[in-house]
Amino acid sequence: MTITDRPVDNGVNVQALLDARGALSAAPEAAQFTWRASCTWRNGTHSQSTVADFTGLGAEQHHRTTYDFDVDHPECFASEDNGATPVEYVLVGLVGCVTAGVAAVAQLRGIQLRSVTATIEGQMNVLGILGADPEVRNGFESILLRFAIDADASREDLEAVIAQSQKRSAVFDIVTNPTKVLVELT
Amino acid sequence: MTRTTAVVIGAGHAGLAMSRCLTERSIDHVVLDRGEVANSWRTQRWPSMRLLTPNWQTRLPGHDYAGDDPHGYMPVAEVVATLSRYARLISAPVRTATTVRTVCAAPQGFEVHADDGLRCAQAVVLATGACSLPAIPGAADGVPPSITTLTPLTYRDPGRLPAGGVLVVGASATGVQLAGEIHRSGRPVTLAVGEHVRLPRTYRGRDIFWWLRATGLLAERYDQIDDLTRARHLPSPQLIGTPERTTTDLNTLAAQGVRIVGRLGRVTDGVAQFSGSLANTCALADLKMNRFLNRADEWATTSGLDDELRPPHRYAPTRIDPRAPLQIDLTSGEITTVLWATGFRPDHSWLGIPVRDRTGHIRHDGGVVTGAPGLYLLGMPVLRTRASTYIHGAAMDSEALAGHLHDFLSSQRRSHPAASWAGADRHR
Repeated sequence: MTITDRPVDNGVNVQALLDARGALSAAPEAAQFTWRASCTWRNGTHSQSTVADFTGLGAEQHHRTTYDFDVDHPECFASEDNGATPVEYVLVGLVGCVTAGVAAVAQLRGIQLRSVTATIEGQMNVLGILGADPEVRNGFESILLRFAIDADASREDLEAVIAQSQKRSAVFDIVTNPTKVLVELT
Repeated sequence: MTRTTAVVIGAGHAGLAMSRCLTERSIDHVVLDRGEVANSWRTQRWPSMRLLTPNWQTRLPGHDYAGDDPHGYMPVAEVVATLSRYARLISAPVRTATTVRTVCAAPQGFEVHADDGLRCAQAVVLATGACSLPAIPGAADGVPPSITTLTPLTYRDPGRLPAGGVLVVGASATGVQLAGEIHRSGRPVTLAVGEHVRLPRTYRGRDIFWWLRATGLLAERYDQIDDLTRARHLPSPQLIGTPERTTTDLNTLAAQGVRIVGRLGRVTDGVAQFSGSLANTCALADLKMNRFLNRADEWATTSGLDDELRPPHRYAPTRIDPRAPLQIDLTSGEITTVLWATGFRPDHSWLGIPVRDRTGHIRHDGGVVTGAPGLYLLGMPVLRTRASTYIHGAAMDSEALAGHLHDFLSSQRRSHPAASWAGADRHR
């Protein structure tokens, strides 16, 4: 009988990430990234955004392909519902970011994941965006992200994985902390 | 100009410990301080402050705690008295009221320019400490001028604060201690909580520092720590030294009425905005505390001490009030004072030797400054071990670095016999 010690593989190249951390600490200018998207209004509340390239590692970088996103509002908002709402894209961004972090942190900690599913909900009082109540903010009042994880690890270890993935998440930081936003007319 | 083999800058616990170690090795030296012995302890600490470490742990080279309260926590006035006594005991060659203006490289060592003149030295020890200046976040720029702002270096007691609410920014040792003290004075306190280290004051009947030492954590060497940068920037644990040995954590502060909010992100148009990550920040701290308590329990079992110690237990998770505000208008009059308990940074601005990295930190290998043979750094967090942050750890570091300094001087004499200083010649 042979005992095989199967290495943990969540499909995350942790060594590459650790190498990048070392390399970028030594060359801080290469760590400066600019992410971008472009948007064209179609009609009504419908717009199409495109993501194709970004700047980082001291050069212009390209996605493997161009990604398009239809943004619209649902029919109950008297719109045509050609795509997800902007706030749903925020939820998609947040859950995608923290889920990627779960895989990476689990890999780093030697935890083999079998399945990870998540649901994310953002609570919003639309009286804010309708301008109907000045006491109500436009954005989410709160966001609830729930993970179901099947893995060879204790509940405490998994709690630590999702805590660490929040700590290292860009979108979690963007959503929970103020960011300076400038909007100009060119 | 005078010649001295070594100059120690700073006559606090670290500088005095180094002085004693140099004297033991017959290395001619002088200790310079801008004020008196223990100047920072004397002038830049609030009077009710006590050490985080228990008295039995407050050791200096050749000097153990000999008082009648080994399990107590030394008030800052007693720290000053102890260090002053120690300076006399070891006959430390201290020049007080002598401010160092610059230290620069010289052909055979260093030039130390101070108020009282120029000294040339083969070795210089930077022992001015890690807490010379308050580290204040950029968010401070937006605080309206109507607000009184203080740092732990200028805070004395709550009675000197204006009436009204106080926003304490930072929930490490300083922040939780001062939040509690100010809140008890009748000024309602809001505590902005970022990343922190939660630890109970005592566990299973023993002080937490007993456990940190017993489990070997404090002795972990700098070159064995995975993420040394992180370890060196870790906030001080949420601890307070009181005669009652009470634990002060966010739950106890909240129960006293302190309002807990997230990390201060920005102040925009007079409105302070707090991070929505408070729940995760607290979850991380709870998990980390429990990991240490697990390690402590495993150590106790392995060491066969379970019968001697009280049974293991766990602390309630940090409770977050779901109504915690994400913003407070600092122009509303609700808050009259902001206290920046956001940490400290060293002040080596007078060091005119290019030994800093791009973030402005002095590059060093366990206190041996990189690229400047004969230059040493002392009294910094996790300098050589995790204990370095505390008085006894800085004292142990002094022993190690004094040994290195001694070897350095010997190697200098071997390679440049003609360049030996008069002071060094005496020791042959």
